Formats: sequence, structure tokens, C-alpha cells
Amino acid sequence: MKFPENLLYTSHDEWVLRDGDVITVGISDFAQDALGELVHIEMPEVGDTFDAEDMICEVESVKAVAEVYAPCSGEVVAINDALEDAAENVNTAPYDSWLFKLRIGDDAPLAALMSAEAYAAKVADS
Amino acid sequence: MVPFAGFDMPVMYSGVKSEHLQVRGAVGLFDVSHMGEVRVTGPRAEDALMRLLSNAIKRIGDGQAQYNAMCNPAGGVVDDVFVYRLGREDFLICVNASNRDKDFAWMVENNPHPDGATFVDEGDDWAQVAIQGPNGVDVTAALTDIDVRSMRRHTLVSGTFAGVVGCIVARTGYTGEDGFEIFIPAAEAADTWPKIIAAGAEWGILPIGLGARDTLRLEAGNVLYGHEIDDEISPLQANLGWIIKLRKPGGFIGSDAIDARRATDSQRVVHLMVTGKRIPREGMNVVDANGAVVGRVTSGTKGPSADCGIAMALVDNELAQTGNTLIIDVRGRQAEARVIEGAFHKQPQDRS
Repeated sequence: MKFPENLLYTSHDEWVLRDGDVITVGISDFAQDALGELVHIEMPEVGDTFDAEDMICEVESVKAVAEVYAPCSGEVVAINDALEDAAENVNTAPYDSWLFKLRIGDDAPLAALMSAEAYAAKVADS
Repeated sequence: MVPFAGFDMPVMYSGVKSEHLQVRGAVGLFDVSHMGEVRVTGPRAEDALMRLLSNAIKRIGDGQAQYNAMCNPAGGVVDDVFVYRLGREDFLICVNASNRDKDFAWMVENNPHPDGATFVDEGDDWAQVAIQGPNGVDVTAALTDIDVRSMRRHTLVSGTFAGVVGCIVARTGYTGEDGFEIFIPAAEAADTWPKIIAAGAEWGILPIGLGARDTLRLEAGNVLYGHEIDDEISPLQANLGWIIKLRKPGGFIGSDAIDARRATDSQRVVHLMVTGKRIPREGMNVVDANGAVVGRVTSGTKGPSADCGIAMALVDNELAQTGNTLIIDVRGRQAEARVIEGAFHKQPQDRS
């Protein structure tokens, strides 16, 4: 199971890549493995705004539906349309298959996210 | 693995979608040993089954199989079963694993001819595999001297399979594909699995789990006990009229109620295809434009061959016409679904 060093991780098993005031969000290798074969992703719409910890999208596998939470407050500026017909790409390449991009608010508590090392330790304990 | 009816069952081996497409495109192997078997023998065996079951048992001869509903006096379904006629006084009934004890008790209790028909629970005596898909006949032919290519659908032949004597090879299945279901004496069954896998290697045979078994049957429109049918739902509501012989001499247990309920049952099962990407799941509500509940999804999934959400749902009769658009409440979001005629996947014609 891989947890790239350049990403940050949430306690809900999302990964986050920050580029200025835009963050790109996906689900971790651990999350995709636990969910199994993904069949559908219920995306937010561009322009939707969310508070930190809001349910922002759903990922549905052959055996479960999991909620993806906003890592911090912000506005959706892009969604990954390519996953609409190929949700399974998240299984094969979880870090290339981002779900959405969020322009983050001023009070974004990104510091609360985990490093790859800390996240790997959390996963190992679970 | 998940526990199911006392067996540990594989939900999937390599992946539900890949397993599903393998069965549609070539051939897959299912371990369905959990299915129950009841043996019925004696000079009144046929008469007893005529009364206990819904279809015209007397119309099948030796070596033929027939789908039946076993109903209760209220017109609900105790179970849906497959009857295999081994001889004039010898029948094997394949029942759902989850209903095995209930069914056997029901048959014994309601046996109208206890002096001439004997029921024995043989569920522990038989293992069962299903070899399904367009190349199922090739794989099966490679494992037996029985001339399986000349067998018609819903027929069976007893013989040696994968080196095991006393097997029953039937051209039946639940997947919407051509294929075979093979009853194997349980004590010798374990060794047959690797032999079937080896014989099927030429066609890329894969073991198939419960997950793909469900998506396959759902695309094919085959009902599943506990979903589209149960102790309450009339078989006519579930579109099983073709196995319900209300006019057979003497009727059968439940026939009067089923007949009477035609005028009063307000809902029936429809097949749905979802427009868009959302996936219907069992238990979701079907609603009208005002949000009023008009039905519920009894089975739902993303059909790997359909490549969209498909479902069966029990809905108000007036909304059940083909072509109607219904709305499924998918966790608070709306999924539009169209009522389709029959199922998404039509069974290919027999090749024999």
C-alpha cells in the first residue's frame, strides 16, 4: 500500500495536494482497497461551497457507499469528469484519480492534516 | 468470504465486473453447493408435487426439469424451486439454501400422500457447481462422456462427470446464459473443482462469486427469493404467471388465493433501467413527481453489461407500464428510471 510523501492525509482517508489556494482531493490507497471495486462517484457541482467536514461527495463500490468529506471549507472549482465512466480508475490509480478541486477559505485548517508517515502509522493501527 | 445459510461463500474472486463479463463472454464456474436438495420418491410422488407446487409437473418426462413456485394458502411464495424428474417415481427438487429447513418442513407437513410419497432432505449429500456462459458446453463436454451438446435446455442426464460417478448434469442456470448445473455426490466433489478449472483453461474459465451471480441474474431478470418474491408477495405480482397453473386439476396449495388476489394486489414487479449514473439499491423508495412513495426497489445494482444502474422494483400497478419513467430516491438524490419490457439481458437461444 502506497502513501506518497508529497501528499497530506485526512482522518477520513482522503488525500490532499495543495497548490496555492487550491487543493486537489482524492481517496487513499487504503480507502480504495477497503471499499473494493468502485462503480460510481456522486460528484459535487462546480460552484458548490462546503464547510470543513461537510459530506462533499460519495464513492460507491460493489459492496459499500462511503462519504468523502471536505478537508476544509471552500468552493468546488473542478471535478474529475473522467471518472464518470471509469470510477474503477480510483482502484487502479488512487493518486492519479483525483475527485475534485477546492478553492479553500481563509481559515482553512490544513495544518490538521497528516503527513504520509503519520497516516501510514494510523492505517497500520487500524 | 461471507457466511450464508451455514456456508462460507465467496462474494468475489477476482472482481465482480470481470467475473460477470467472463460469464457473458466465455465461461465461469460457480460453487453453488449451498443450494438445498430434497428427494421425492414413491408411486404418489408426482401427485404430491402437483399439489405442493404451482407448475404442471405432469407435463415433464424423465430427464426434464421445470421451474416451480411452492406457495402458501395465502398466495405468497414459500420458495421458488427447480424440479428435476429422474424417473417416474423419483424427483430431485433444488431449493434455496436460506429456505432449506423451512421448505423441507413445509413439504413434509403438507404432503397430501404420506403413504405414497416420501420426502428426504439430501442437502448434505450433494455438492453443486454451475458452469455458465457461451463456452459452458465446451467445458462440460470435456469432462463427461454424456453427449451434452445434444441436450436441450432444461433437460438432465445422470452419469460420470470429472471422474465422479452418480452425477446429474442438467442444462439449466440462473445467469441468463447457456450452461450447466451439475449435482455431484458431496464426498467426492472437492476434487472436481481443479479438474473443471483445468478443463476450462482454454476458454479462460474463472471462478465466479456471489457478487457476479447476483448482477448476472439481475440483468437476466431472474427473481431472487427474499427480494422479488417472499411469503407475502404473490407470484403473479412477480411476473411468474408462466409457472402458475391455476386451472390444473385439483389446483395447488395457494391457487385459490393467487386467483383471488389478481383483483386486489395493487403492486407488481417491474424491470428498470436508470438514466444517468446513479445506482439503485435494494430498499430504496420509488417516488412520484411529488415525492410520494409509489414502490420500492427489491434488487438493484450497476449492471456490468448494461453499464448503467438496473433494478427490479415493486411499484403501483398503474405505474408499471413499459416505457414509464419512475424516480428512485438514491440517498436523497433522484435517479430517473425507465420501465423496460422483460429484462435487460435476454437469454441467448440454445445452440443445440
